[in-house]
Amino acid sequence: MQPDQDTSLAATVDAPPGWRSRFDSRSMLRWETGLAIVVIGIGILGMGTSSEFLTGNNMFNLGLQSGEIAIMALPMTLIIISGEIDLSVASIMGMSSAVLGYLWGKHWPMLAIFVVILLVGVLAGAINGLLVTRLGLPSLAVTIGTLGLYRGVANIILGPNTISNFPATYTNVGVTGVLHTNVSFSAAVFVVLAVIFGVVLHFTPVGRSIYAMGASPEAATFAGIRVKRIKTMLYIVSGVVCSLAGVLLTFRLSTSVNSNGLGLELDVVAVVLLGGVSIFGGRGTIVGVVLGVLAFAGISNALLLTSFNQEAASIPVGGLLLISVFVPNMAALAGRLRRLVARRGGAAPSAIGPGHD
Amino acid sequence: MSTTLAPPREPSGAPAEIGSRRLTERVFRVRESGIIAVLALFVLVTALIQPRFVSSSNIQFVLVNTAVYALVALGETMVIITRNVDLSVQSVLALSAYLSAGLFGHVHGIPIPVVFLVGLGIGLAFGAANGLMVSLGRVPSLVVTLATLYIIQGIDILVVGGNEVVASSLPAGFVDIPNATIFDIPWLAIAVAAVIAAGAYYLRSFRSGRELYAIGSNPDGARLAGIPVARRVFTAFTLCGGIAGVGGVLWAAQYQTINTSAGGNNFSLIVIASVVVGGVAIFGGSGSAVGAAIGALLLGTINVALDVLGISDFWDQAIAGFLLLLAITLDRGISVRLAAALRKRSARDAA
Repeated sequence: MQPDQDTSLAATVDAPPGWRSRFDSRSMLRWETGLAIVVIGIGILGMGTSSEFLTGNNMFNLGLQSGEIAIMALPMTLIIISGEIDLSVASIMGMSSAVLGYLWGKHWPMLAIFVVILLVGVLAGAINGLLVTRLGLPSLAVTIGTLGLYRGVANIILGPNTISNFPATYTNVGVTGVLHTNVSFSAAVFVVLAVIFGVVLHFTPVGRSIYAMGASPEAATFAGIRVKRIKTMLYIVSGVVCSLAGVLLTFRLSTSVNSNGLGLELDVVAVVLLGGVSIFGGRGTIVGVVLGVLAFAGISNALLLTSFNQEAASIPVGGLLLISVFVPNMAALAGRLRRLVARRGGAAPSAIGPGHD
Repeated sequence: MSTTLAPPREPSGAPAEIGSRRLTERVFRVRESGIIAVLALFVLVTALIQPRFVSSSNIQFVLVNTAVYALVALGETMVIITRNVDLSVQSVLALSAYLSAGLFGHVHGIPIPVVFLVGLGIGLAFGAANGLMVSLGRVPSLVVTLATLYIIQGIDILVVGGNEVVASSLPAGFVDIPNATIFDIPWLAIAVAAVIAAGAYYLRSFRSGRELYAIGSNPDGARLAGIPVARRVFTAFTLCGGIAGVGGVLWAAQYQTINTSAGGNNFSLIVIASVVVGGVAIFGGSGSAVGAAIGALLLGTINVALDVLGISDFWDQAIAGFLLLLAITLDRGISVRLAAALRKRSARDAA
């Protein structure tokens, strides 16, 4: 009796992925609505705690603080929807920052340096992509490896040196907004890229293919989708975008050191997951991720304006992340708890004796 | 450390099933002996260039420096074998290090074992929280433990604030833990090796240990086979947290000055890298605790060897990353071969 019950439980909960994603597409919509409300709430709370919060000056800072993370979250979104992950993003950022500093120290012209950094990004992404697709290695392990490798390259290139004599034309990205507005340069880049990534993901065949391969790689392959090629391209795009983010970070801080961007990979993953993207692939939207970015940036920034330690922003971010993963599973969880309670409750009387019934 | 641990023995299975069993068993041995070979090669080459590397004081240094990583790798192995992952170990370690070592300052004359128990308790509590959410909520552990990593980190920042535990507040018996040796072998390394041996024995020979592998190879199948999946996964996370908590106390004994940066920025990922280098499959179902410990030892040895060879520390991470890629590539090659060999064998048996 008991085992049978367990079997049926397993069967209902672990329905095939196709079913699950169909049911959850509705709850994902709800999650994005919920997240939008959270973002508005953070805005109101921010205004409540400090009159500074909604000022143009502070909005500039907000964009500046989280701009690079936001930019790297876009290709990460596509990669996670395709069923993979890229933990090397922050190391690619650090590597491109190191290359920038190193070559600038060698008096290369900036334009040539940009070309080299572009190639660095392509190469870094291609290595990730080829290891994952052509050798069939798990992306989690591969990109933990390249996380070490690329950060290591940054360490080797730069050693203990710090390069900070970048010209003001470039380092102004950390000081002034785009076209004399309060929109930071990195925030502007994020907006443009978000539109491009959003269109590609939601309105092109490639975008639909990305969902398909995330939901079921085999089915996608049999449907004629070039899974390996598209995944490799996604990693290359991620490499390029992350090296661009590295350039922005270097200029914003006006500093190239080997530790630039250290540890940001988990922030990037957190922002994407916060936006309602499923870690198993096949589900998620750019709109959700943009909201995730706003929530993340808003929380960090609002805490900056209070007397709280700003680094403790990780508590509300972590809490929100937990909520994001539990809300879509709430119905199943409640059912499981009910059954657990029922089983406990049902077991107790039977132990006393069936006579009571 | 590798010498103190007995290698897993060939099981005396029934003759009928020897065929594929022995083949897979051999492959697991190949995996571990591969890492041991790399480790031996590395030690040999380094020793030839710089004999100082195999001096007893340097070996002690390597063992002590690896101890915490190898210990936490045991817990992480248990979790990864069940096809889960625990990213929060570094924050558990950091918080436990601060709170437990801080007790010496707050409670005068508190016995050292009590401090270890407190560290263990802190770790068990957070591990149980992770385990509860993953097993009962059936939500992906990567997301849950990423979230708890953030939350515990935040708690750590709030609790520690601008304070730190300073070396002068710690009793001599505590700070001597990493230095105590017997026959030139650090007690710490022996204790950690014993714990790992116990863990390896549990994973290898206990029913509930084997069930962890079954869960990792096929979660749905394990459930249908009547394995209490939720309970086992919960236990794995709880143990992993508890071990990280003890790791925090050891970290405090070793580094003595404890603030929010205890454990470092990338501790969790380094531990996962050790586990994977040690031949544990990231998607569960295979690998051993001994392999993971050797993986940690290998990364620790590289760290020190580069130093001894006069190669700058800055090469360290690149080499470790490259080795990890090499390890998983070779592992993939082996398992593809294995699958082909098993297929051929079963085809031959059928004929």
